[in-house]
Amino acid sequence: MNTDNKTYKKYAAGRAKKSPILKNCASAFASGGAICAAGHGLRRLFIYAGLSDDNAGMLTSSALILIAVLLTGFGVFDTVAKHTGAGTLVPITGFANAVASSAIDSRTEGLVPGIGAKIFTVAGPVLVWGISAGAVWGIVYFLVGAVFMKGGT
Amino acid sequence: MSRLPIRLEKSVYIAASASAAGKNEKEGPLGDCFDLTSDDDRFGQDTWEKAESEMQRLALDAALGKAGYGQDSLDAVFAGDLLNQCVASNYGLMSFGIPFFGLYGACSTAAESLILASLLCGAGAKRCAAVTSSHFCSAERQFRFPLEYGGQRTPTAQWTVTAAGAFVLTDDREDVRTDASVKAIPRIAAVMPGIVTDRGIDDLSNMGAAMAPAAADTLTRYFSAGADPGEFDLIVTGDLGREGAEILRDLIASTGRDIRRNHVDCGLLIYDCDGTDRHAGGSGCGCSAAVMASNILSNVRAGVLKRVLFVGTGALMSPLTVNQKGTIPGIAHLCDITGEVTK
Repeated sequence: MNTDNKTYKKYAAGRAKKSPILKNCASAFASGGAICAAGHGLRRLFIYAGLSDDNAGMLTSSALILIAVLLTGFGVFDTVAKHTGAGTLVPITGFANAVASSAIDSRTEGLVPGIGAKIFTVAGPVLVWGISAGAVWGIVYFLVGAVFMKGGT
Repeated sequence: MSRLPIRLEKSVYIAASASAAGKNEKEGPLGDCFDLTSDDDRFGQDTWEKAESEMQRLALDAALGKAGYGQDSLDAVFAGDLLNQCVASNYGLMSFGIPFFGLYGACSTAAESLILASLLCGAGAKRCAAVTSSHFCSAERQFRFPLEYGGQRTPTAQWTVTAAGAFVLTDDREDVRTDASVKAIPRIAAVMPGIVTDRGIDDLSNMGAAMAPAAADTLTRYFSAGADPGEFDLIVTGDLGREGAEILRDLIASTGRDIRRNHVDCGLLIYDCDGTDRHAGGSGCGCSAAVMASNILSNVRAGVLKRVLFVGTGALMSPLTVNQKGTIPGIAHLCDITGEVTK
């Protein structure tokens, strides 16, 4: 097969078995939905216990983070996540896992060059570009407000 | 001329070989073939890097024991692994006090070290060793994601093998310890260094496609120099996995030759790939090192396999250059191993 690189690359990509997208989407939808429903249940529980709406929301996020971190530590998270995919990745649980797994992995290199330097290796890009996008949106929001709603708010 | 095989003028024999492997490998189809295994992949060590070093030490120690050689009698050891600065090899083999050459050939290192050790043996050294390892946990942290990170792999992705293989070579047939069960002594008849081959693959999850063209190049050069694929009982590639193995057979078929009957891939031998997380099969330089050092060479010694072509395949991948929009070149080194019947 004396083909050029472009043809070879196309041949290799064409014959490569694709990820089962439909199955992955369905399990992500179900598992992600289940996590969010559980989160909602927790929030209702916190409100029922007498917390304000704001505090109940914050405590719900914290609870989901805590659960994800514990499951990561016990080595359960990745076993579940290889089936659930985006279902566990997209909610706050995925972020917690990305941070916790990096920390666990680098603990043998110590607190500073290990955990300190590596804890955001996976989650870092989300922080950098998430916060940057927030800042840009803030500027847009400010300008739009200044132009269209003079003296408003 | 430089693209032709190197035929060893002086006979070089593999006096002994030994392997160490992790839990998944022990539970695989070749589980019983490995000399030493660890049920937690740690080999009694507190870091994954030390565990990999320990695998190398255990493998070489076992191989020396089988050959009946003292560590002082080795003229040199060629060793490599996947880690930066070849730390698994440096630290693992330090205690032997043997003159040391550290190698990086990605997953082709088992064949690369065998080639260099055999050439040195043929050039005046009496006894040399070749040792290679990879460890899923140390490789995963260096090349991909943290171990507990919850992600999904694509079907073409391969699984880094936790294993090490050691080979002890000698230039003297009388120096090889044999018993009644040994029907043949493995002899390295010819070697052929690989050429870096880049066909533009840039998918980190499809190493098989990156390595297959290199394997095809090396094999085609070897066959063109006068060997027929049918002469070999087995053509063993390192770690092409399911994807790469099928591509290699296609590429060789397009040159008018057929290796479908006698081609096997260590990455497919070491795991039962169906219904497990191994996807397209095993990878990592410990994969071919351990499979060759255990199952394949045992069968050569038992007289079951008379001639074996071993092609160690490596994807010379760096996450850094791939992020810089670079491609993944492959390389494949070849050893022609013949079982020389004992008297």
